[in-house]
Amino acid sequence: MAAPTSTPVDLSTAMILAPPALGDWLVILPVALMIATGGLLMMIRKSVRLHAVIGLSALALLIVLDAALLWRVWQNGPITMTMGRWLPPFGISFTADIFGASMALASAIVALLASIFALKDISTTGLRHGFVAFLMLMMAGVSGAFLTGDIFNLYVWFEVLLISSFGLLILGSEPRQIEGALKYAILNLIATTLFLISVGYLYAIFGTLNMADIARKEAAIREGAPLVTLTALFVLAFGMKAAAFPVNFWLPASYHTPRITVSALFGGLLTKVGIYALIKVTVMLFPVEREAISLAIAVSAVLTMILGALGALAQNDLRRMIGYVVIVGIGNMLAGVAVGTPVAVGGAILYALHSIVAMTALYLMAGEVFRLSGSWQLSTLGGLWARSPWFAGVSFALMLAASGLPPLSGLWPKVVLLKASLDIGAWWLATAILVSAFIVTIALARVFLLAYWRPAITDDPMTGDPMASAGAVAAADWRTAAPLCLLTALVLFFGLFPEPLLQASQMAADGLADPRAYIRSVFPEAATP
Amino acid sequence: MNTLILRTVAPLITALMLLFSVFVLLRGHNEPGGGFIGGLIAASALAIFGVAYGPGAVQRAIRFHPMAIAGAGLFLSTISGFASIFAGVPFMSGLWIYPNVFGVELPLSTVMSFDIGVYLVVVGAITAIALSLETEPDDEDETEGGR
Amino acid sequence: METLFVILIGLFFAAAIYLMLSKFTIRILLGIVLLGNGVNLLLFTAGRLTRQIPPIIPAGSDTLSIAAANPLPQALILTAIVISFSFFAFLLVLAYRAFEELGTDSTDEMRLAEPRDEPLPPTGY
Repeated sequence: MAAPTSTPVDLSTAMILAPPALGDWLVILPVALMIATGGLLMMIRKSVRLHAVIGLSALALLIVLDAALLWRVWQNGPITMTMGRWLPPFGISFTADIFGASMALASAIVALLASIFALKDISTTGLRHGFVAFLMLMMAGVSGAFLTGDIFNLYVWFEVLLISSFGLLILGSEPRQIEGALKYAILNLIATTLFLISVGYLYAIFGTLNMADIARKEAAIREGAPLVTLTALFVLAFGMKAAAFPVNFWLPASYHTPRITVSALFGGLLTKVGIYALIKVTVMLFPVEREAISLAIAVSAVLTMILGALGALAQNDLRRMIGYVVIVGIGNMLAGVAVGTPVAVGGAILYALHSIVAMTALYLMAGEVFRLSGSWQLSTLGGLWARSPWFAGVSFALMLAASGLPPLSGLWPKVVLLKASLDIGAWWLATAILVSAFIVTIALARVFLLAYWRPAITDDPMTGDPMASAGAVAAADWRTAAPLCLLTALVLFFGLFPEPLLQASQMAADGLADPRAYIRSVFPEAATP
Repeated sequence: MNTLILRTVAPLITALMLLFSVFVLLRGHNEPGGGFIGGLIAASALAIFGVAYGPGAVQRAIRFHPMAIAGAGLFLSTISGFASIFAGVPFMSGLWIYPNVFGVELPLSTVMSFDIGVYLVVVGAITAIALSLETEPDDEDETEGGR
Repeated sequence: METLFVILIGLFFAAAIYLMLSKFTIRILLGIVLLGNGVNLLLFTAGRLTRQIPPIIPAGSDTLSIAAANPLPQALILTAIVISFSFFAFLLVLAYRAFEELGTDSTDEMRLAEPRDEPLPPTGY
């Protein structure tokens, strides 16, 4: 315990002495807010009624913080805060660029809307088991992964979101949930261990874990270090997290087992964290090595898309079908990573932002389908158009968005990706994107045909009460209607006015392709090597 | 495990281990030890008590649900990191105060309160898992497991 | 020294992968534990192996001596141990619950969430 009277030491060689700007706190506040709220909610686990209030207001505050962060990053370029006053790369840095900040904002919006849906979907027992607390901790993990600037810290946030996702997954403790959770847990744990192995090799090669530091040292170290192998290992680890073929079978095995709100959050957020890490590592840190294995990534992308689309076509369970639609989206984003030009990466980022909103909305739509008709099976669903016309309209819009048809937001990322892959002459990649989109359109159109247009099926037309089963217009519940309508409005708005998103994703991709601003934000004194 | 020997000795061992865990926790600032190890020792103390007297007895003895303890620790750790916003230094910077208690200068810091938070998180989380492993399938509803 | 560690890590990985290829959950879990320990050794080796000086600043000095061991891998390993330990504890509870609820620890038999006889969706109406 060093008393303050010991010999004076020149602290400036090891520590940051200038006080941080108040705005820099925005980098750390989203994560800290979520952890603190999660802890608070675990403390008051008995007062279930408070959970929803605290959780919703914390998520609303999270949106404000993330929006302020994005605005500040947009104005001033990447901002950094390094923990505990230690100079980077020794202190752990949190660095937000446009990519991370926009992903964080999108996930915060989705989390708030999904938890409004949860007011209806999650029972009091679920709340007592800590649904809101786990949600807060998962958002802490998601925000931390999007905002951190240190690759080992990224691993830690992966684990935080993983362990809280276990909690969410087994919320009801039904046997099938435990089974799904077991498969999900084991495979994801292996994926994060692979990530840790890659981090170990990375540290052995670079001697640093700070992403900005790695980015500025990469060119000098490139000769004579096995960086291609390292990049391939990272791609495998993140591909497993993101559910890329051939390591994606955990997703359709588990995502349909929890409560539908939890599925929606997982489908919207978790795989995108994997894609985010993949883009960050391959495009920003190892661009040359990514080029070397781009063919392998492209093949994986094509197979992910096509097999995912065929999987969607073969499912009778609505939730499992949507799981495959999520996988198709991952394939599209991988295609952007494989092409690797700034335009293509911009397309992948745009697709990730779209997918966060659209996939969550699609799962919530399935939840509303179940609420209205009591079934997940396409073979028994029917008559939803008659029961709830507005919901049928919303569903139709969401299906258009998910299959990438105009005028919804799914169109634009696909257009950008197609253009980027045709620019480098990868016609087969473009074909795969189009074919998979076509198959997904068929699968989703069939859902609409069977569940909405087909008259409701009653087992026995004589005894089945026609008013209850078929004819009656179902009452809308604001807790389910509001999130669905808002998410649909979001995809519609960005389908009609895509310019801000296109600009943001392109700026994010340019910032990754040329990370000088990012490096300067962490190491103000040092220009590029 | 209802042996007389274990039942007699368990409270003693538990008390001793809990005391030792606090010692390890406070010692950890400058010497080997710390919140995580201290928390593990405390959790194993509670686990031994649970082996001897059943999870229900542990639950009654610690009053709060283990997960609530873990939540309190998480909250305390985050708050400790936040204290530096008022001192104009980055998140999680160590801040010290030296109050004079009964003529002894007592160094207190946010580092220490962070470590106490870690201790509580570990105690809570590991105890919750240990209790749910000790719970026999037939008295499932007594403790709700580690989640 | 490094060569010895590399061989040891290789053995850990080989055993871990062999165990994880099993279809019984408890063996998979043991494989995961071995894998975690192998990774810890890997991190340890990655931070250069020296045996002379512990990374403790001597009294009266402000910096470490040059030949001191690298303290960072130890911090990384500690974090990794904490995480893998808590995950293992959680997975153990989960596997036990799965065994109780599903009556099997063979992953081949766990078909509740993915039934074998799930029908194809209707092709028309």
